[in-house]
Order: sequence, then structure tokens, then C-alpha cells
Amino acid sequence: MPPDTFFTQPPHWQWYIIFYFFVGGIAGGCFFLSALLQLFGRPDDRPIIRLGYYIAFVGVAISGILLIVDLGRPDRFWHMMIQNKTGRPMFKYWSPMSVGAWGLMLFGGFSFLAALGAAYGDGRLRWRLAGRLAEPPLSTIIALAGGVMGFFLAGYTGVLLSVTNRPIWADSSWLGILYLLSAASSAAAVLILLARRQIPDAAGLDGLERFDKYVLVLELVALAIFLITLGSASRAFLNAWGAVLLLVVVAGILVPLLIGFGRMRQFRGRTLTAGTAAALVLLGGFMLRVVTIFPSEQVSVVGSRVVRP
Amino acid sequence: MAEPMGFFTDTTVCIGCKACEVACKNWNQLPARAGGQPEMSGQSYDNTLRLGGSTWRHVKFIEQFDAPYEGRWLMLSDVCKHCVQAGCLEVCPTGAIIRTEFDTVVIQSDVCNGCRTCIAACPFGVIDINEVSGTAQKCTLCYDRMSVGLEPACSKACPTDSIQFGPIEELRQRAAARVEQLKAAGETRARLYGADPEGPVGGLNAFFLLVDEPEVYGLPREPELPSRNLTTSAALSVAGAAVVGAVGLVTLRHRRMQDVAEKEATPEEQAH
Repeated sequence: MPPDTFFTQPPHWQWYIIFYFFVGGIAGGCFFLSALLQLFGRPDDRPIIRLGYYIAFVGVAISGILLIVDLGRPDRFWHMMIQNKTGRPMFKYWSPMSVGAWGLMLFGGFSFLAALGAAYGDGRLRWRLAGRLAEPPLSTIIALAGGVMGFFLAGYTGVLLSVTNRPIWADSSWLGILYLLSAASSAAAVLILLARRQIPDAAGLDGLERFDKYVLVLELVALAIFLITLGSASRAFLNAWGAVLLLVVVAGILVPLLIGFGRMRQFRGRTLTAGTAAALVLLGGFMLRVVTIFPSEQVSVVGSRVVRP
Repeated sequence: MAEPMGFFTDTTVCIGCKACEVACKNWNQLPARAGGQPEMSGQSYDNTLRLGGSTWRHVKFIEQFDAPYEGRWLMLSDVCKHCVQAGCLEVCPTGAIIRTEFDTVVIQSDVCNGCRTCIAACPFGVIDINEVSGTAQKCTLCYDRMSVGLEPACSKACPTDSIQFGPIEELRQRAAARVEQLKAAGETRARLYGADPEGPVGGLNAFFLLVDEPEVYGLPREPELPSRNLTTSAALSVAGAAVVGAVGLVTLRHRRMQDVAEKEATPEEQAH
């Protein structure tokens, strides 16, 4: 008999949500990395810091749009924040969706302020108020608070999936940490890819590549534990999705690690660079969300029987 | 609060007439699927197939035939279980899902914004989006009828009293007596599903009498609340965040050590 989670119906969380999980995770991760470099890095890290804050702001804006469009009633998105009948704030700390809506809004605020500061820093904005945001103590407060919220945004999405009764998602408690680690590695990969193009001889790239390697190792461990803790629910992967999962592990984690640790330098005559590794990590991060969402979405009860992909 | 009210569905007397499905659609003005076009499923007498946003009652047909003339039909009119501890109510971020004075669970259609987290949270797969309203909908246990002292449309229409409506305490006693009666008559597989207030999710205010394992009817054996994973999952994520933060700091420290080493190396090289 399949586990109890198989006797439920899917919530139709598909491409909008998958893109949100991916983009939101990158936004949160980029903010955290920028904040870390701002607080503990060198002065020549500044171009990368500003890039990270810009990505975070654009990412969170896209996230908000994706989430609103995905609602059955987009005109009522504000019901998550304000009770429409009483006008009072709507907040349930035990509902990840409720906490997530507030977290996304707060993170949106911090990333907006950080992006303003960054725009002042690279001379795009000549606003005295933005200048204050770019300097301590305000910049430090924004970095600290936004960094924490960034982590929240990267991790709560997995917790949200676990706090359901659906196959795979609710069968393990490791999806939150897995998404968080994947968001961190994807964010570092985006920064590496964009910094290599936009900022010639950018400082901090070596550090980012090293960070990405370590986080990928953690991600691999978390993914292994996640799969083990699924137990009998892992039967949802006994189909083509299992092959996709294997591809995510090999191409999205193992190959970038081999490139990162210098064990793989060429593939069919082509030189493999840190850029190749970063692109693979990014693709792997996206596919990790696809491969954890769709196999669950495709399980449903038809008549009295469980149907799975 | 008024007395807790609910349904006791005795599946042994269900004849699969679907009067409940029709009465429910009729009273609640629920739209037909596919613009009213016939859709044949090919699965027994069941063309409804599942509960959803515009189907709040669903008669399941289970054919247990090993050989011709050897076997039986199982029929069950499925509905929202109005859990005493409701997973949907727990996760709803808009406050659309409420518990009423009758201890039933109702989705307020003017509050719901269609985020669909309740669909994933329901341990029974009861809720879905109503395509007309764009919001999540399910059985209200005919809240409007109950408010004026009427019985819900489905149980009113049920010709065999397979669906019985009443105060939960009374229904539980009646159900227990019926199980004893069936056992005495030789149906040893008779059992109640969701009648125990000490059982999973605090008991179901719409409970069932089954004559086989719950899974045979497409029901979970031990329905659970979605929040069971909240603390562990959140704690693991916080731990993950702490580890990533530490990795970030270690990476930066490594770089600083390299910087310091380079600075120390430079004067020596100059001396040579």
C-alpha cells in the first residue's frame, strides 16, 4: 500500500510556482551573499555586492508577480496581509503560506532599499536619501535584516511544501533545508556568471567559487538524506522522473563539483571553466524544483484508486 | 456553540443512486463539468471520479469480483470529513476557512483568493478550485440549510438513509450499534472510520462505516495534520541557514588569510 500522503489531491502548483521557488531562492541567496561581502569583505568587493543587491530586487519583484498571477483570484492577493472583512492584519505564524507572504513583502522592502543604496554607490542615482542607505548604520541594518529575510525566502518554500499532506513533500522534513542549500548554490552561480561578464577582473570571484563548492557538497548530502527519509514514498520516483533526478545529481551537482575541485578540466575537447560549472549548478537548481514538484503533482486519487506517473 | 453536527455514512446500505450528488449540486447551484457535455470515465458506474470545487459529493464504486457471481460491490458517498482538527483550516493564509457554531468547517468564498494551500493540506483530497469562482470550494454541510434548522440536501435526498445527519454523539451511538448488528450477522469486516474522538485528527464530523480496509475505498489509514512537519522542517532550515552562513564566513576568512600571506611574502621578495 502506498503511504497515506498518496490518498490526496494535487494543488496545481506548477510552472509559476516552480519559477517562483527558483527565482525567489536566487533573490534571497544573492542578498545574503552581498550582505556577507558588505559586512565582512574587502572594499574591492563592492561591484559584486551591488550586483547581488540588484539581482535580489529584480528577483523579488518577479517573485511577487509570479505568485499573484498564480492565484485563482489575483485581485484578492492582499487578503494574505489584511483581513478583507475586518481590515485587521492577517497573520498565522503556524501557516508557512501566511508567514511566507509577510516574509516576501519584508524582503521586498529590504531589497528595494539595498538596491537604492547600490544605485547610489555606482552613481546611477544622485539622491541624498539613497546615499544614507549606502552608508552605515543604515546599510548595516539593511544588510543584516535583509540577509536574514533572504535566508527565510530561500528556505520557507521547502517548508511550505512539507507542511501539506502531499506525496514526497510531506513525506520528509528535509525539503526546506534542501531548497535553502540549493538557493545558496544557485545564487552564487548567478553571481559568478554575471560578474564574469559584467565586471572585468572582479574581486571576490574566487571566494564565490569556493563557497559554491562547499555548499554543493552540503546540498548533495541533504539530497541524499531527503531521498532516504522519503521511505516508501520514494516510489513516486519509480518512473521517468527518477532518471531526471539522477541527471540533476550528476549534471547539477557532481560535475560542477568535479570541475570545482579540478578533477575534470575537459569534456569532448572543450575546456570546462568555472562558468560552465556555474551554468550547470543553475540548471541543476531549477531542475531540482521541477523534479521535486511534478512527480508529486502527478499523484492523485481517481475513483478510489491512487494514480501515479 | 450549538451542538456539533455531522454525517454518519453507512456504506453497507448505499445503492449508488447518486441522489446525494444531484441534490448537492442542485441546492448549492454547482455548475456541471465540461459545459454539461457527457464525460464517460470507463470506470465502473463512476463518471464523477473525484470530489472537487464543483462536486461536493462523490459516490465511489468499488467492484470486488474474483469470478462471475463471486464478489461484491462497495459503494461510498464521499464528502468533506469536517475534521475536528482540520488541516485546511490550519494552513489557510487568508482566514477564509473557519469553524462554524456547528463544529463544521466552511470556506468563505468572498475571502478565499485561490492560493490552493488547503488543497495540498487536506489529508483526504476533498478540496479543489471551483472554476467559476476561482476559489477553493467544498461541502459546507449545507450551512445555510442548517442555520434555519433544515437537514443538508444530500442526507435529505438519500433514499436508503445511507447518509444520516444529526448530532455527532447520537450518530456515534447509532453507528456503534450498527457495527454490532453487522458483526452478529456475519460481516466481521465491519468497522467505523473516523468515529473515534481520540483517533486521527480528533475524529471526523463526517464519519463512515466500512466493510474493508480504508485504502480499498481510497481513504488514508492514519490521516494527519500538515503541521506535523512544521517544527522539524523549520528547525532543519534554520540549521541549514546557520551552516551556510558559517561556510560564507570561512570562505571569507580563507581569502583574508591568503591576503595576509601575500602581504607578508611581498617584503621578503623585495629583500631578495
